[in-house]
This record gives sequence, structure tokens and C-alpha cells, in this order.
Amino acid sequence: MDYNLLLGGAAGQGMETLTVQLEAVLKRVGFHVHTTHDYMSRIRGGHNFSQIRFGDLPLWAPSSDLTGVLALNPETVLIHQSRVCPGGFVLVDEGLGLTGPDLLALPLARMAKGLGEPQAIGSVALGVMLRLFGIGWEPLEAILNGLQGKKDLRSPNVEAVRAGFGLVEPRYDPPSPAGEALHMLNGSHAVALGALAADMRFYAAYPMTPSTAVMTYLAEHMVETGVVVEQAEDEIAAINMAIGASFAGVRAMTGTSGGGFCLMVEALGLSGILEVPLVVLNVQRPGPATGLPTRTEQADLRFAIHAGQGEFPRMVIALRDVADAYRQTQRAFDLADRYQIPVILLSDQYLADTRRTVPILPLRITRGPRFISDASGLEPFSYRRYVITEDGISPRIIPGQVPDQIQCVDSDEHDEWGHIVESSVQRVAMADKRSRKLAGIRGELEEPLFLGDPEAETLLLAWGSLAGPMREAVSLLVDQGLPVGALIFGDLWPLPTGELEKRLPRALHRIHVEQNGTGQLASLIREVTGVSMTGSVLKYDGRQLTPVEIVAGVRKAVTSHA
Amino acid sequence: MPEVREPRFKLGETAWCPGCGDFGILESLRAALDELELEPHRVLVVGGIGQAAKTPQYINANGFCGLHGRALPPAVAAKMVNPALTVIVNTGDGDSYGEGGNHFLHTIRRNVDIAHFVHDNQIYGLTKGQASPTTATGQVTHVQPSGSPSLPMNPLMLALAMGAGFVARGFSGDRDLLTHLMIEAIRFRGYALVDILQPCLSFNKINTFAWYKKRVYRLDETHDPSDLSGALSKAQEWGERIPLGILYRREKPLWSDHLPHLAGVPLVDRQPDPAVLQALLDDLT
Ligand SMILES: Cc1ncc(C[n+]2csc(CCOP(=O)(O)OP(=O)(O)O)c2C)c(N)n1
Ligand code: SF4
Ligand SMILES: [Mg+2]
Repeated sequence: MDYNLLLGGAAGQGMETLTVQLEAVLKRVGFHVHTTHDYMSRIRGGHNFSQIRFGDLPLWAPSSDLTGVLALNPETVLIHQSRVCPGGFVLVDEGLGLTGPDLLALPLARMAKGLGEPQAIGSVALGVMLRLFGIGWEPLEAILNGLQGKKDLRSPNVEAVRAGFGLVEPRYDPPSPAGEALHMLNGSHAVALGALAADMRFYAAYPMTPSTAVMTYLAEHMVETGVVVEQAEDEIAAINMAIGASFAGVRAMTGTSGGGFCLMVEALGLSGILEVPLVVLNVQRPGPATGLPTRTEQADLRFAIHAGQGEFPRMVIALRDVADAYRQTQRAFDLADRYQIPVILLSDQYLADTRRTVPILPLRITRGPRFISDASGLEPFSYRRYVITEDGISPRIIPGQVPDQIQCVDSDEHDEWGHIVESSVQRVAMADKRSRKLAGIRGELEEPLFLGDPEAETLLLAWGSLAGPMREAVSLLVDQGLPVGALIFGDLWPLPTGELEKRLPRALHRIHVEQNGTGQLASLIREVTGVSMTGSVLKYDGRQLTPVEIVAGVRKAVTSHA
Repeated sequence: MPEVREPRFKLGETAWCPGCGDFGILESLRAALDELELEPHRVLVVGGIGQAAKTPQYINANGFCGLHGRALPPAVAAKMVNPALTVIVNTGDGDSYGEGGNHFLHTIRRNVDIAHFVHDNQIYGLTKGQASPTTATGQVTHVQPSGSPSLPMNPLMLALAMGAGFVARGFSGDRDLLTHLMIEAIRFRGYALVDILQPCLSFNKINTFAWYKKRVYRLDETHDPSDLSGALSKAQEWGERIPLGILYRREKPLWSDHLPHLAGVPLVDRQPDPAVLQALLDDLT
């Protein structure tokens, strides 16, 4: 059982605070929570909303059906009222003077004023909603008191919540609590925590929505974690700094969105030819150019795979959900270190900004197999940074830490010493050395996640943050009697082909589901396997695909192909 | 696999034209490092791309040759995380002031303890002689056949205006002074700029060795390097007389002075603390 609430208003009306408070309370009651944000690229006015789903089972996606709406302005009512399910409510302040079938017009502002706290109108509304869902005052009061003084959250006004609580009677059965300890976080925080768990010591970035939250989180915690968080003058500086820090011996990362990633491209190749480990996060938003700054898309897959002139090994990993983002970010550092390559993490606005509950994240700090040598046994000044090896990996030393060993690295083609060369023999030897690392990388690949019915003749293919919506879509389809299986890719480059080879030949309907307009995963799969898709579900309006939309799209694709 | 494997680190073979001013700069850099008695493994020389930027290839120290225009960002980052390294940037005027102009401005603001030696030949050498940001207005090149239509940049004025703590000008033809300036710049606590006049025999037929030689003079004790307005007026001297020496020197707080959490154990030597991460995870409940 789950419910879906929408909180809407103009920017600057305190929506964000209220959303955080409501989800914090719901989580503490013990529910699974899933919150998405829809905000415009402006600081005041406009129409912003968040949707909070809560229930007794893990929630994986936004839903368009609403149980209730809290409308802080008339526009919210106008835009969202039609999505309210039968028996639902639209809570407004009576002062807005609105009437209508589902309307619940209450004296929110008057109650707040009566308490001498006109700002606490949100807390009154909070009380109303919690009461409607049958949450008892006693546990609620304990939770509210527990929230006081939490530094990342302006705590609700307990008296105002109580006032709101008294305005209504319970209407809905509360879901039963999940019964397990949960963490709640968004995709940005998951990436930042994954990086810290990988012992990242250096993060440079230039602010760009929707990637900035990673930098903000790291900056908030830089003192206790002992990390450099540097706001660079531009993305070119950011990535070149990260490369310099990594060369100098720490794990380093940069993060941005598509526009900033464009500026980073030359240095991506620098990481490739210098063989300096690097993790680059691209939190996708709709492009081209500035596009839709605060919205979501998955249209940088091809770009991430091909970014940069010349040929060099790299990995591209799409993050699938919050827990996956934590784990994969950590893994990215290990892979970057082991193969001395750039690893690109693809997130998107939906994943970055969606907060959801997950089972407790495990604490596991890795510094990975770093292939860092102390050059022991070497004669003085005989260390070769780019010594030719069978697996293509040349052990690194940290500059300054091994007496009488020095190294030179060069973005020009170079010999084993890192000195510029132009001979064709040495060029080919070095290019081959770098590409031999691909064999090792292929051995590390994780096959896509498989969901659903292994016998189904319909196979869905998706990647990255669609994992969540796909989970719900697959079970809806199976419930509706349309058996489907689904492959959800995390590792995308090199493309793992085991599952594809196993499942594509058996699939009558092959439908790719992507948050872009051209079907970038489909083209990649065709390129690597020679197999084409038979249908597609694509969305590129900047709004996240919901499970219901996926179900409708898949049904249509199956029918039109049959 | 290379045919012949050299058993020891051998410096790269210089790719400079005979008589190029870069040789003098390289000699001064070697002399400065010798005099400072810095062990090679504790020195990192960073360049971008260009003729000047090949300097890291030719010096007995760690070398990092990155991208054109991007020498400063990796240099400051290396110093931030591995402060035991002496970090020196040797690169061209095009690299420092043109392609990398934005980094130049912000590296001054950041004030990380590195030395920046700009081989200022007032031309793009490696790409065969186009105007650089410091090329004189009206100077004819293949790409500026009617003469460079833009004003030349004055890097010393710019650095002073941006608040740089150490601003000096050297000349590849005055090696003793240049060595001295390099030593002082490396010793200086903070970002230190030495703009080095460097004849390019092949592509700058105006600013030749003789042209510079006729004009340059050493600043003497009458110049007070702690005086910003004096420095600014010296920085404007160009044409008939060109001053060499330390125009300005005044220490300012370093980037790291504002970040006490980075003091103590260098980041490169730190070990992760599971308790700290656990506390962050606990905060998610
Ligand atoms: C992104 C990029 N653009 C252009 C070039 C070509 N390029 C290489 S060096 C250079 C200019 C070199 O001038 P300068 O930095 O003054 O060094 P010099 O050769 O004069 O010592 C240019 C334009 C490049 N390597 N990379
Ligand atoms: S082109 Fe000019 S700067 Fe380059 S090596 Fe030759 S003389 Fe020196
Ligand atoms: Mg030049």
C-alpha cells in the first residue's frame, strides 16, 4: 500500500523545507519514502512542486496518481487537481477563497497567526496531512521533538503541527511500517558518500545544475573528512586540477552536467594518455547547450563513450539508483586506479534529486588495488613511468615519495620514460600498451541487471536511472498478464554482452526504453551485437518516465510489432 | 617495445632551435635548483604545450606536460595535495596568457605556493609564428599580415592588479639575474610570477636578442619592491627602457592558510577514518 502527495507553490514559499520535514517524519514513522522534485530554473515565483510517495514496500519511481495535494498557491490547484484520485484531497488555505469537489479549505494561516507564528503555516499543513493518514499524536510528537536541532533541517513548529492535527479526522489507513532500518538520501549524496568511502581526497568542480549538490555535500563535510573541495574557475580547470591531484597521489574526481562535460573533453583524453586515474561525474540534463537546466534526460550516453579525440580506453558507468550510485562511485575509483583510466559516471537530474529510502548502506572503505609501487629494487633514477607490460598497466609511483626516482608524464606521445617521441615503433608500442588494458577492463564488467520473467518473449532494455521506474513497470506488466523481462544496464562502455547474447536471440519483441529522443542504447546494442530493436519507448520532454507511461508505451510497441 | 632500453632516466633531447632563449632559461632553472639543493624527486616542473612547455622534459626532476593552456590547474592541485613537492610551472606566453588566461587570473587569486616562469617570446613558437597576447600592436606575422590589430597584454600590470604577491621580470640573456629571480620566486611563500623575456630566433624578428639587450636594465636598490605603486609604474615601463628584477614582493595569506583542515599530515599521506564515514551514514537515518 502506498500514497502519493504533491506539495506545490511558488519558489520562495518554503516548499523545500516543508518537503524535507514531511519526508523526514514519514521516514521516521517507518515508511518507505520516495520524493521527486520539479523545480523551475529560477529563484522566486514560477511553479515548483515535489511529490512524496510513501508506503510499506520499497518505492522505485514517481507516480502520476495523487492521493492528495497541498497547494500553497492557486496555480498548484489548477495544474494538478485533475490527477487527484477519487477520495483524494486538495488542501488549501481558506484564504485562497477556492471551492471545488476535493477541496479541503482550512484555516491554516489563521491558526499559524493565532500562535503568533505566521511563518508556521507549513507546519499547520503538515499536521493536517499527518492526521489524515492516521498517524498518532504520541509517536508524532516524539518524532518532531527528535527533529529539533537537526542541522540539515529547519525543524517544524510542534505547536503549529498540533494545531493542524486538530483540524481534521483520520481518513486513510496508514501503511504498516517497513520494519527495517532505512537510510534516506538522494543520488547526489550517494555519489558523494561513495567517493568518500573510496578515500577520495580531491574534488574540483564548477557549479552547474543538477550536479552542484555533490560539491555542496562534500564541502559541508570537507573539514571532518579531510578533503579538498575546490570551486574551479571553469570546468576545464576543474578536470585539469583533478588530474594534477591524482598524478600527485590522491584519489580525485570532478563532476558537472553536460555543458561542463563538453568543456572537459580535451582533458578526458589527457587522463587517457597520461594514464592518470580519474573519475568524472556527468549528471545529465536535457541539452543541447543550456537546454532545460533543472530537468532530466539520458542523452549523453553516446557523448560520454566517444568524448575526446583519438583512441584511449575508458569506462562509462550509468548509475541506476541511490544504493547503486553509492556502490558504483566507489567502484569507479577502484577501476580508474587499477587501469589508470578515466571512468565516467552518468547520473541525471532525476536520480540526483530524488530522495528515497534504502536499506542501510554498508560501510566499506576501499583504497582499492592502486598499482602504486615504491620502486623497490630499482637502481636510482631508473623508474620508467610507462614501462611496457603485458597487461598494459605500468606501476605508478607517487612523485616526491620515492627518493632518487623521478617520472615524466606527457600528453604528447611518449616513450617508457614519458619523453616525447614521434617514431612509429614507439607510437604503436604505447598505443598498444594502453589498449591492452581493455582486456582487463572487459574482465571487470558487470552484466546488466535482469528483471521479470526469464521465459518472456518480450525483452525490455534500459539503462541508468530508469532502473527504478522499470522495476515497477515490469511488475505492473506481469500483473496485467503481459510477461516481460528487462535488462537494465549500469556498465555501458565497454558494453557487457553476456546477457545480450543470451537473451536477444530468444526475444521476439525487443523494446528499448530510454529518456532520450534517438535511442542511444538501442544504437549501441546494434553496433556491438548487430541486433536491432523492434520497438521503443522514448521520452525527452525533461520529465521523468513513470512506470504507467512505460507500461502504456510497451503495450503499444508490442501491439504495433505483432 | 623500444629497441634500446636506457637503464637510467635520461633527459629528453631538446627540440629547440640553436640559439633559442629557452636554453638560457633552462640553464638558469638548473642553476636555481642546484643552488636551492632541492632533491630531484621533490621537484615537480609542469608545462602546458608549446616550445617553452617542453622544459619539464629537459630537467632532472618530476615532469608534467599537460594540455596547451592548462599548466596551472594541475600544478596548483598537485601542490594542494602533496605540499612537500616544490612545484614550478615553465610554459609559454601563449600558454599562460592566451589559451590559459582564465587560469592565470584565478591562480593569482588562489595564491597557492607555486612559481610560474613564463617564457615570453611574444609569439607562438611551436605553431610557427602567430601573434601571442604579448605581441606588439602592428607586428606583422603570417596570420596578422596587416600587423597585429590588438593591444598587447601587460602581464605584470595584470598580475599586480590581481593582487599577486611576487611579480618579477627576467631576461634569458641575463642568466645570473634570472637564476636569482627564480630562486627568490621558488622561495617565496605564495604564487610567484616571473615573466621572462625570451628571444625567438625563428619567428619573432622584432624582439630579438639585440632588441632586448639594448633596452633592458636591472632594477637597483632605489626600487622598493614592497611598494605597489612603484611596482605598477615600473610595470608600465616598456619601449626604450625595460626594467628587470623583482618589481613587487609582499607575502599574503596562502590558499591553505584559509583551510586549517588541510594543515598537518599532507592529504597524500592521510588514511581514511571509518568513524567519520560511519557518522555521515548514521546521519541518513
Ligand atoms: C587546444 C589547443 N589549441 C591549440 C594548440 C596548438 N598550439 C600548440 S602550442 C601553441 C602556442 C604556443 O605558444 P606559446 O605558449 O607562446 O609557446 P612557445 O611555443 O612560443 O614557447 C598552440 C597554439 C594545441 N596544442 N592545443
Ligand atoms: S621557435 Fe622560437 S621559441 Fe621555439 S625553439 Fe625556435 S627559437 Fe625558440
Ligand atoms: Mg611564446
